Amino acid sequence: MTPLRIVTQLLEIAAALIAAPAFLGWVNQCRAWLQNRRAPSVLQPYYGLRKLFGKDVILAENASALFRFAPYAVFGTMVAAAAIIPSMGTGLPLSTAADAIALVGLLATARVFVSLAAMDVGTAFGTLGARREMMVGFLAEPALLMVLFVAAMISHTTSLPLIAEGLTTRALALYPSLAFTAVAFTLVLLAENARIPVDNPATHLELTMIHEAMLLEYSGRHLAMMEWAAALKLFNYACIGFALFIPWGTGTEAGGPAALMLAAPLLALKLAVAGAGLAVVETLSAKLRVFRAPEFLATAFLLAVLGLLVYLLLGA
Amino acid sequence: MTAVEVSFSYLDACLGVLVAWGAIGVAGLIRPRSVEFAGRTLFPLGAVCGVMLTVVAIASIAAPTERAVLPVGLPDLPFHIRRDALSAVFLALLGGASAGISVFSAGYFRKGEGALPGLLCLEYHVFLAAMGLVLIADDAYAFMVAWETMALASYFLVTTQHRIAEIRSAGFLYLLIAHVGAIGILLSFGVMQGGSWQFTFDAMRSAHIAPEWASAAFCLALFGFGAKAGLVPLHVWLPEAHPAAPSPVSALMSGVMLKTAVYGLLRVSFDLLHGVQWWWGLLALAFGLGSAFYGVIFAAVQTDMKRLLAWSSIENLGIVFTGIGLTLVFQGCDMSALAALALIATLYHALNHAFMKSVLFLGTGSVLHATGQRNLGRLGGLIHRMPWVTWLTLVGVLAIAGLPPLNGFVSEWLLLQAFLFAGEVPQAFVNMLLPVGAAVVALCTALAGYVMVKFFGVIFLGQPREASLAGAHDAGVMERIGLLWLAGACIALGLLPVQVVHLLGSVVQELLHVGPGDWGVDGWLLAPPAARHASYGPLALFAVTVAVVVLGAVGVRVWFGRRARRGPAWDCGFVRLDSRMQDTAEGFGQPIRHMFEPFFSMQRELPTPFDALPRYRVTVGDRIWGLVYAPLGAVVRGTAEFAARLQQGRIATYLLYSFVTLVVLLALVL
Amino acid sequence: MAPLSFDLQLLNGCAALLLLLSFSMLSQRRIVNLVNLLALQGALLCAATLLVAVRTGQGHLYLSAVLTLALKVVGLPLLLHRLIRRLNVYWDAEPVINASGTMLIGLLIVVFAFGLAQPISALASTATRSTLGIAIAVILLAFLTMITRRKAMSQVVAFLSMENGLFFGAMSATYGMPMVVELGVALDVLVAMLVLGVFFFQIREQFDSLDLHHLESLKETE
Repeated sequence: MTPLRIVTQLLEIAAALIAAPAFLGWVNQCRAWLQNRRAPSVLQPYYGLRKLFGKDVILAENASALFRFAPYAVFGTMVAAAAIIPSMGTGLPLSTAADAIALVGLLATARVFVSLAAMDVGTAFGTLGARREMMVGFLAEPALLMVLFVAAMISHTTSLPLIAEGLTTRALALYPSLAFTAVAFTLVLLAENARIPVDNPATHLELTMIHEAMLLEYSGRHLAMMEWAAALKLFNYACIGFALFIPWGTGTEAGGPAALMLAAPLLALKLAVAGAGLAVVETLSAKLRVFRAPEFLATAFLLAVLGLLVYLLLGA
Repeated sequence: MTAVEVSFSYLDACLGVLVAWGAIGVAGLIRPRSVEFAGRTLFPLGAVCGVMLTVVAIASIAAPTERAVLPVGLPDLPFHIRRDALSAVFLALLGGASAGISVFSAGYFRKGEGALPGLLCLEYHVFLAAMGLVLIADDAYAFMVAWETMALASYFLVTTQHRIAEIRSAGFLYLLIAHVGAIGILLSFGVMQGGSWQFTFDAMRSAHIAPEWASAAFCLALFGFGAKAGLVPLHVWLPEAHPAAPSPVSALMSGVMLKTAVYGLLRVSFDLLHGVQWWWGLLALAFGLGSAFYGVIFAAVQTDMKRLLAWSSIENLGIVFTGIGLTLVFQGCDMSALAALALIATLYHALNHAFMKSVLFLGTGSVLHATGQRNLGRLGGLIHRMPWVTWLTLVGVLAIAGLPPLNGFVSEWLLLQAFLFAGEVPQAFVNMLLPVGAAVVALCTALAGYVMVKFFGVIFLGQPREASLAGAHDAGVMERIGLLWLAGACIALGLLPVQVVHLLGSVVQELLHVGPGDWGVDGWLLAPPAARHASYGPLALFAVTVAVVVLGAVGVRVWFGRRARRGPAWDCGFVRLDSRMQDTAEGFGQPIRHMFEPFFSMQRELPTPFDALPRYRVTVGDRIWGLVYAPLGAVVRGTAEFAARLQQGRIATYLLYSFVTLVVLLALVL
Repeated sequence: MAPLSFDLQLLNGCAALLLLLSFSMLSQRRIVNLVNLLALQGALLCAATLLVAVRTGQGHLYLSAVLTLALKVVGLPLLLHRLIRRLNVYWDAEPVINASGTMLIGLLIVVFAFGLAQPISALASTATRSTLGIAIAVILLAFLTMITRRKAMSQVVAFLSMENGLFFGAMSATYGMPMVVELGVALDVLVAMLVLGVFFFQIREQFDSLDLHHLESLKETE
């Protein structure tokens, strides 16, 4: 374990922690622009977090220890997930301990904890949100796994840094299978991060909520942790997308510190473009009825499996 | 027992434990009415035997095979027994899981519940010993005797509360399918002896039988063992029998007994038969995937907690059989490195399921004792009353949902690694179908997460749905120890996969005749040689996650304090919140019912707007019952009624039958 | 395996997109969009033909590309759009099987088609043979689309999509059919389209609807 690897690892975690709220702020800003509203600052999520951290926690009377523990567990799993996704450098020591499948597992762990915490107080909205979240999850999770599977088949490994490295270093080739999975991945990203066609992060209607409904009982620092974890999740998904579909510019171990220095502004650029794209997609689409969400996700799952089959047929 | 032996061997030690179990069972009859005697003395003793069996079995996995002939059985047909790596792994499973369940049982069985405690103790320990004998039997005769003893003992255990009609009919259904399955196994042995009429397994190993007969033997074995494992469509007994039995018995049946079917199929297809053909694998794979999917969607719509777990067992056994199928496909295509990977995944999942399902069943047992409720619609909020049971059950829940760093994830990871290379199978269609199989496995695992959130959330979280739940008490000391043991095993299996896989490597060597290869790096990183550069290190992952959680919690406390006030639930300002506003189990199953509607036969009872007391009721039935069993039952009944015409009641007619038979026979012979 | 040349990669890309379009048609319920997807499919087919023409240098393939462009990208879609406006059918009714179920069956069909194509493409000598599986899948998926629809209009679109699949299959297996056959097929499609157009008006005249379940009442016995 060389010092460079440790530095890369720590840098990635720090970058995720710091950049995640900014990325969310950027998406919100783009959305506001596109909708002809006055845009909040990119830093707005940080202000929100600071405010929430400073506030007292009000716990519901029958909230259990699980309810208080869940925000930290969710935050922890999201940070662990951020630590294994090669967003800036591929020389990540922790990514030998957890590959693409473990990444999906980590995301699932976070989802289970959020849902259980939402059921803990026993309100109508909380349980409703938990049920919907799990409904979205059980279709999105296999879809994500299949997306990663295609990339893994192309690279003959499930290790994320090796997938990213493999796709950058080999001769440029068209992968029709990756086109399928890219579409599937986008759908999964939208659904899993409570973005518009499936859920609306800005909604005030409790009956249409999924993610927000689960957080209704949280307040103060617990809510801050949950919000931060949600921002991290979006950031993680974006970075998974970069690693699978546009891995160029990620610093490889051979590239040394220079590559890592170059990777940081490139990542910022990718995030800026991806955030703007996400805002465009969200602005152009209308929210689906909850009943239609499974169809949306089934399409994602299907596209991912189709990508797998196309890869097997065409070898590309 | 073993002290009198001159030369000590692992096999003797195993046998000693089995005999000890039998003795403990018989000892129960000394004071059949005393709960104290059975609970305080005999069940803990049985647990000690279980621990000993585990230790011996684990120590013996890598040891050379041992055989012995027992002086029991029919004249000229003595029992042959044998301990090899495969037996040892399953013996360890039996010992480990039963130890926890026995300790739990010591505190569980109470006075006045169905059968006498002493009788229960006898049945329970005979059941354990019979399962052990199944695992070491080395001839068809001993195997079948043990197999049937196991079925009978468990039948009596299922019908402990035999005064309830539903439990009697559940027991009958179980016995019926167990016997239909046993016929399949018996016929399979009949085919495998290959004309030598020698029924020892050694004779079967050396018999040369034609490929088509081997295929027939495999299909019969798949049928027979599939009936025991609850593969769809032979699963109907499982959701009936598991809820009917007392919880420790459910745990034992689901956790251990179903694994004997896995053992049996592995024994037959890799040890007794030669020349594995790849399409056997496809068959097992199809049934496995079908069961996994069918099981998990039915689990999601159940409203009875034990029935939910029973369906979840069908799902998990489906995944185990998927693993067997994948192993067979790879083995049939001479891809032994991948076959080894798939076999390890299979064995690992079998081990995992034994422990995690036992935790869950025992957890429901404690809930049942504390509340008297099995219906999910009448539970809730038990986390405040039963913290021990809640947190230990949570371990099982997270494990069975396949979440890292617990054990369910390890086997899922291994299985998916095996699936990743399925595209390289040199058979058209198969190489396309197998990756789709991976998608089904992924879907089932994700659905298992859904089921488990429902299970745990509805029972333990939220507000109590009944006023009587306020008086629920936590489990007793013995029950806690049992649960701790099993949950600890789940955690150990999750965090130490390299060590476990190293042990399982001997089985791979024995069954597939390939070296297991180097599976671990520095003892903490699981890196299968077949999976090329992929690795999984749960200890490091867990350590980092825990470090972040602790740092986060400490950081937040240092900088922002830990002020917290209690107040009424916010619920968007709604003030008249009560427990009936929470999602029910039916509500939680609704998305699944909606999405997979064609699979369910549903009966809805919808309230009209004018009902004074509106009631909504939906019952979800199994279509297979109507499609397969009901017509089959009608055919059997019709045939029986036709045959009943022979029964005239007049002596003269019966004499005529005898006379005609005699004449026909004479005519044939002469 | 050796990396494919770039034009073959492009062709594979076209094939994959064709498959994607077939699935979109399977799930699309707006008939206008269905026609647009058909036009897009025609355009891809045209591009694929051009690619093969450039690769093999066969003159008649250029001609057939132009023919595809004229007929399948411009002509038929225009005709269909006019029909839609005249007949005022914009939406298909709720499909026979629900969307996810149809997609799942579609997936199985793809597996079947790909498996079926493996031995055939092993026999073919063309460089484009690996796309044969996709061509078969497109044909079968179009069939499935026809089965699951209720409106005559969408069935016609699916029928045309099936013809696209056949054309693509011929191209990947043998670099296209002889010119005479191709011209004949094109003419056939055109005629079929005109006949069907007349039929549509007749059906609507008779039943005031294009929903095909009305035809069920035409049988002799009840």
